[in-house]
Amino acid sequence: MMMLSRLKHDLTMAEAARTPGGARVDLVVVADMVEPGAKVLDVGCGDGELLRLLAETRGVDGRGIELSREGVNECVAKGLAVIQGDADTDLADYPDDAFDYVILSQTLQATRQPRVVLEHMLRIGRRAIVSFPNFGHWRIRMQVFFRGRMPRTDNLPYAWYDSPNIHFCTIKDFRELCLVAGAKMEKAVALNPWGAPLRLNAPWWFWNMLGEQAVFRLSRRA
Amino acid sequence: MAEVGVTLDTASRAREADDPHSHVVQFRAEQPLRLDAGVALAPFQIAYQTYGTLNSARTNAILVCHALTGDQHVANMHPVTGKSGWWETMVGPGRPIDTERYFVICPNVLGACMGTTGPASTNPRTGKPWGLEFPMITIRDMVRAQAMLLDHLGIDSLFSVAGGSMGGMQVLQWAASYPQRVFSALPLACSTRHSAQNIAFHEVGRQAVMADPEWQGGRYFAAGTNPRRGLAVARMGAHITYLSDAALHRKFGRRFQDRDNPTFTFDADFQVESYLRHQGISFVERFDANSYLYLTRAMDYFDLAADYDGVLANAFKHTPTRFCVVSFTSDWLFPTSDSRAIVHALNAGGARVSFAEIVTDKGHDAFLLDEPELFAIVRGFLDGAAKARGLPTVPR
Repeated sequence: MMMLSRLKHDLTMAEAARTPGGARVDLVVVADMVEPGAKVLDVGCGDGELLRLLAETRGVDGRGIELSREGVNECVAKGLAVIQGDADTDLADYPDDAFDYVILSQTLQATRQPRVVLEHMLRIGRRAIVSFPNFGHWRIRMQVFFRGRMPRTDNLPYAWYDSPNIHFCTIKDFRELCLVAGAKMEKAVALNPWGAPLRLNAPWWFWNMLGEQAVFRLSRRA
Repeated sequence: MAEVGVTLDTASRAREADDPHSHVVQFRAEQPLRLDAGVALAPFQIAYQTYGTLNSARTNAILVCHALTGDQHVANMHPVTGKSGWWETMVGPGRPIDTERYFVICPNVLGACMGTTGPASTNPRTGKPWGLEFPMITIRDMVRAQAMLLDHLGIDSLFSVAGGSMGGMQVLQWAASYPQRVFSALPLACSTRHSAQNIAFHEVGRQAVMADPEWQGGRYFAAGTNPRRGLAVARMGAHITYLSDAALHRKFGRRFQDRDNPTFTFDADFQVESYLRHQGISFVERFDANSYLYLTRAMDYFDLAADYDGVLANAFKHTPTRFCVVSFTSDWLFPTSDSRAIVHALNAGGARVSFAEIVTDKGHDAFLLDEPELFAIVRGFLDGAAKARGLPTVPR
């Protein structure tokens, strides 16, 4: 029950694996996909950890949208260019090709319309980067299979009835979304529970079983 | 209102309009200010205060724009009321707008009555106060005049422009009119256009002034009268719009003022009545009734998008300015939806924008009050902008 009392923006994964430098591993993977100096929009930027990492390590011109007021105000007080807004409704206001990269980090599963959000991301940015928890991971499958209950893990601690996460998917499911949304997969990385990338040439079923999280870099299909 | 009997020294107020306790720049006849109304104002003058020191590169200047009933006395004792500056919590040494780091300039706006030319100033052609012969002015005119002041001071580019309410309108106009001169902008609790409801409130205030027989068709200086009752009523009505239902309830509730029972008269039985009367009375001590008419009108006319084919985003197309827009949850004069419209336009224009909404029950006036979250946001935003501008962190 301790978990339930945690703030919603703990969705930024306080429990997540970190590098020796203290940066969240999944964010480092995302940052590595961004070329230095790019113009970046981070959708669902939380307390601004990724924007800060991107500014410090890649020198990007970063902007953010965040739903929670506390998150926004914390970001703005840090000097980050962040606005209060909702990925589901406010991406429509951005013009085409406004950014080099639009990033959706650990937020896809909390959107009401993941497909619409992804389509907007690919319209606003030349490229999109999406990271999400893989619901096909074996531990999650085991929980459903053996316990017959909705799964809960360190990174996804919520009970089903008060979870902000309403659209979980597996790596395979996400590949299907990319097809229907007109996205070309440029790069993909799956991370094991300790934050280490899985073998690059492994088949998709292997990633889908052993990857706890996935990070995809996408572009528009020509 | 029987006790509205404060000695109103008309002469001393007129002196403040022509010969203020501030720095003054005189613009001569050959430097006219071209007004939106189609006429040129010349000669004219601008009164302003400064705080801190301009660095040698002239890159650390912040222009503070005051609101409707504010003035240039941001962070010093007011020469007429003897009260402390209106934004001393925000501007000063170690404050979010840190005068040990930044050079702060606050001019009295065009049309006001604290030393910048306005209807209470002497019309050089007649030797009498302008009164209603003063040309109608707009927010854009105010900003044009401020730009002339900055030219005079030798400041090409402002590190930031900050202000709330009517001050926020000036901030937005600055960013639209002179994008290359504005490195960062802090429009607080404002809008790109005055709503019908706000115009309506202003009209009630103006009618209250004009209904006072002492207004004398605007020629009260000549008549030796002063429409203090009308102006006080205007202020009382307006003041309600600066607060919120919740704040009034928290501060006053239905409590009686210095009595246990109602007097069954029209005395100020309730604390809230007493408070409003005090607001009205203290306002007329320091403000000119005609200035109130002109400045409320300027706000009513403000519609930034109208200058850009009705498309607000065009006002900020390719703007290099970094923006920090702030609204307050209980502000019903300039609600968050107004700020959101600004943010949408800025995003559409590709601007670098931050936007925060602060939870408070203090209403529109929250931007003037002790709001730690606002202070943290302003400080953080300016720090970030200062880093981008290469301003040193340590005071000179």
